[in-house]
Formats: sequence, C-alpha cells, structure tokens
Amino acid sequence: MMNDTIFTKQRLIKLSLIITAIWFTWFAQVTFDDYTVRIINNVCIFIILAVSYNLINGVTGQLSLEPNGFVAVGAYVTAILTLDADTMLYQFYLEDPSEWVLALQADFAWALLFSGIISALLALTLSFPVFRVRGDYLAIVTLGFGFIIKILAINNPQITNGSLGLNDIPEFSNLYWTGGIAIFAVVAILNVIYSKYGRAMKAVRDDEDAATAMGVNTFKTKTLAFSTSAFFEGVGGGLLAALLTSISPDLFTFLLTFQLLIIIILGGLGSTTGAILGTIFVMAGLEWMRFLDEPMNIFGFQTEGTPGMRMVVFSLILIIVMLFAREGLMGKKELFDLKIFKRKKGSK
Amino acid sequence: MILEVCNVTKKFGGVTAIKDTSFHVNSKEIYGLIGPNGAGKTTMFNIITGNYEPTQGLIKFHGQTLNGIKPHKIVHRGIARTFQNIRLFNSMTVLDNVLIGFDYQASYSYLEAMLRFPRFFLEERRIRKRAFEIMEVLGIAEFADEMATSLSYGQQRKVEIARALAAAPQLLLLDEPAAGMNPQETHELAELFFKIRDEFDVTILLIEHDMKFVNKLCDRVMVLDYGKTIFEGDIKDAIKDEEVIKAYLGDFKHA
Repeated sequence: MMNDTIFTKQRLIKLSLIITAIWFTWFAQVTFDDYTVRIINNVCIFIILAVSYNLINGVTGQLSLEPNGFVAVGAYVTAILTLDADTMLYQFYLEDPSEWVLALQADFAWALLFSGIISALLALTLSFPVFRVRGDYLAIVTLGFGFIIKILAINNPQITNGSLGLNDIPEFSNLYWTGGIAIFAVVAILNVIYSKYGRAMKAVRDDEDAATAMGVNTFKTKTLAFSTSAFFEGVGGGLLAALLTSISPDLFTFLLTFQLLIIIILGGLGSTTGAILGTIFVMAGLEWMRFLDEPMNIFGFQTEGTPGMRMVVFSLILIIVMLFAREGLMGKKELFDLKIFKRKKGSK
Repeated sequence: MILEVCNVTKKFGGVTAIKDTSFHVNSKEIYGLIGPNGAGKTTMFNIITGNYEPTQGLIKFHGQTLNGIKPHKIVHRGIARTFQNIRLFNSMTVLDNVLIGFDYQASYSYLEAMLRFPRFFLEERRIRKRAFEIMEVLGIAEFADEMATSLSYGQQRKVEIARALAAAPQLLLLDEPAAGMNPQETHELAELFFKIRDEFDVTILLIEHDMKFVNKLCDRVMVLDYGKTIFEGDIKDAIKDEEVIKAYLGDFKHA
C-alpha cells in the first residue's frame, strides 16, 4: 500500500522528536540555572494547557473559554491533596478547614490524576446541556463556569481559605514532572487526533451535518474532546499549583484563558505542533522582551523605563501576525505534515 | 422491499413541503425521485435520513420503522447519503474523508487510540485497505493524499460517493449526482452507478433533473410536484405521462 512508507518514515520522525524532548528535559534540569529552569517549567505547563485547549477549540472547532476554570479546579485539588493538616491549620485564618479537607491526603502523582479526573467529570456534566444544542453556547457556558469556580473558591473558606488562597504548597513540580507530562500530553493528544476520534473531531469542525450523515455521533465526539482537554487542563493546573507553591482565586482569571487563546491562534488553530510553537514563542518572547520595560538608550536618546512596554510591542506583533498570517504559524497543518518531511512526489 | 415510505406528510409552519406521499424501493433497484425545483425531493431525503421528523407517516427500512431514530444511528443501520451541493471535509485529505465513513465500523476505544494499543493498528489497517478498495473502484485512489478541495468538481463528487459507500450502506441516497456535469461525464457516471450497485450490493435512490440520465439509469421513478406525487411507476411511462410533461414543461393548452 502506498501509505505504508510515509507511515513508517513519519513514525521515525515522531519517535526521534520524542527522544529529543525527553533528552532535553533531563539536560535542562541538570545543567540550566534556576531562572531558566523555572521559565522552561512554565513553558512546559503552558504546552500542556495550550495543546489540550487546542483539541476542543482548534481541532473540534467548538469555541470554548474554559481553561481558567479547569486549571483552577486542578490547582485547588492538587493543593488540598498535597498540603498536610498542620500546614493547613496554620494558614486558615478565615475559618477552620473542614474535617474532610484535612483528612484528604495523596501523593503528588495521585493528586495530579485526581485533578485531571475531577476536571474531566465536571466537563462531562457541562457537556450534557451544552452539546445538545448547536451554536456558540459552549463559549457562554464555559465563560460562566470560570466565574463560578472563582466565586466558589472565594466563598468556601473552610475548603479553599477564601480569597487568601492556599500557601506553602509543597514544591513538587520540576522539569521531570512538567516536561514528562507535557510530552505525554502531546503524544496522547496527537494519538487521539490521528485516530478515528480525531478524524471525527475534524469532521465536526468542517461540517457537522455531513459528519452526522456519515454516522459520526457528534455529541459523543464533542464531549470526548471537551473532557480530554479538561483532564489535561486539570493536570496542568495541579502542576502549576506545585510550581508556584501558592494559589489564590485571582490567579485563574479570564486572562489565563485569553493568553492561551492568543497562543493557539498564533500557533495555528487546529495544529498541535503549532500550539507548542506558539507557547514557546509567546512565553519565551515575553521573557526575552523584558528589556523593553527597562530604561533604554536609543541612538543617544535616553528613555525612561516604561512598565508594560513589552505588552505593547507584543500586541503589535500579534496584530501583524493576524494581518499577514491569518492562519497562524502552522495553519491546520502539523510540523510532520510539512513537505520536507514527506516522501518527494513527482510534480507539484 | 428495502425501503417503504408510507403516507408521509411534512409541514414547515403553514407550508406543506410533502403531502401524503407513499412509495417503496425494491432491493438492488435504482429508483429515481424527480420533479421540478422546490418539489420536495431533498426534503424527502432529509426525512429518510432522520434530519427531519415527518409530520405524519412512517418510514420503514427492512420492515423496521425509522421514525424518531437519530440521524447517525440511521447511518449505522445502512442508509448513507450524498449532498446536493458537495459537502466534503475541506481541511482533510481525500483518504481521511473516506475514512470518516468507517467511523462506526472501526472498533477500538478512545483509550486504545490514545495509548496506541495493537487493536488500533489492526483496525486502522483494515479500514485503510477497505478505503483504498472503494477509492480504486471509483478511480480516485491516486488522489488519496491530496486535499479534498484541490480536486476537480467531478472528482469531488466521486469522493463524496466513496465516503458514503465507506459507511457500508445497503441503501445509497444520491442528491443530484449529475448536477454540473457535461454529457460525457454524465454518461460515465451512469456506468459507474451500475458498477457500484453490482460491486457493493447497494440499492440506489437518487434525485435527478437530467431526464436522459434518469431514463438510462432508473428502473422506476416517482415524480413529485409541489409536494404531491403526480406519477409513480416505470420510467418509460413517466415520460409519456401528461401530468409529468405539464409539471416539467408547463401547460401548453393554457399557455
């Protein structure tokens, strides 16, 4: 069959990419300084978030504004499960923590898994009312969901310590965790995309009626995509909590979703490798452009430091990208879909 | 008898799109649904595929009622369709478009796909092989890796038919398959449909305007006009029927 050769060559490229990523994770953790490792940690977590967000928003084409809600859920679940009773009692000023909150304890790995599962279950519950009808209801419902989570976190001080947030969360996150899970998330989501489920998701994005007419259960397809992305966002939230060591309801505002939206649009809606490139570009770019906030000497003119200058420049770059490369860096294509990786064809 | 449409009426508000229509399609037959624009032919298709619920009447497939069954479940039972205006998945290759038809036939779970269990590879290999067989018959196998949108109009039609055949239907509904084609292409298409019927063992129900095409292809036809059945039976009688001529060409006596 003509496809088999492409298949194996592509698989080889993917395998070498995975090995490079694993090697880089290890290499970065041992050699780089704390500051760089922290940035890479952040990038890895955002890769998890962006890639999973892209699954529902880009691949399945359902405009959704959910990440901040599920990241918050994941962060709180992991924080509550990993904080021990003494540390909790010490920092709960507003109200004493509930008995069951104190009793809940788990290893970091289990805490992350629970974060993911609880997020996914919440997504599943949201799916039933939302995906029964067509249209952009998902965007409205998920936007509201983010606010509800925030308000619940503020108004249940016996569980979440209210607006003071949870502090002194054990700092479990390192590159082995963040990098490892990022690699797993990317591979798992790519595996989904390149299966019948991923094809069905793309079909739903392209033409929902035609997908139904081909026997695709569009409700199930959308629910799977939404729950999967919620799962990985929950896990990402858990990693974020264990990286920052302190979380509060204000951390997970709509701005987080907005930043992820920028990342996946910049990388190309619907492209997983695009989402990865977008994350690296945005996160590293924001770090690198810090010099714009500082006083500068431009051709003899001394300028004062303007905090927020890098955001202005960044927005300009975004506008330029949207004007000249509307599909983002990768469009809907993946890195390994590019012509250079494929077997040469006769013409065209 | 594979499909039975019994006294179906469909109203949209005050408009009656289909009025008390009955017909049946025999197994391995090519049945034509003809009539002028707005006669309710596509509405009929949408009722059969479950997109519309009929206001009155029953649809029976192999003797079982289809009313109230979800559209994708009806596909699983063995009815697949094409659209009047080609509706391919534009961001996907021809092969992926055809593979969508196998969606409900590839039996591996979500987790098996995510973690690449052996069953995933077995099933994917099986449906890919089958997809290439279908594309081979329709003569589009060479375009497997092209984007669906980069093909010519005629080939896109074939991709759509291949996609419908991939869903392993017993009854294939074709909505104006010859629209926008020249006489040569239409002729080839008719030959292709005979081939499809024999190779895939399907019954074909088609909507068409081109009377020459219908005459060549169909065993029996039904003529609809403003939602009413004005003729049902052999194609040879249809073209002589006064009412049919009136619907198509206008009433000469009063013109």
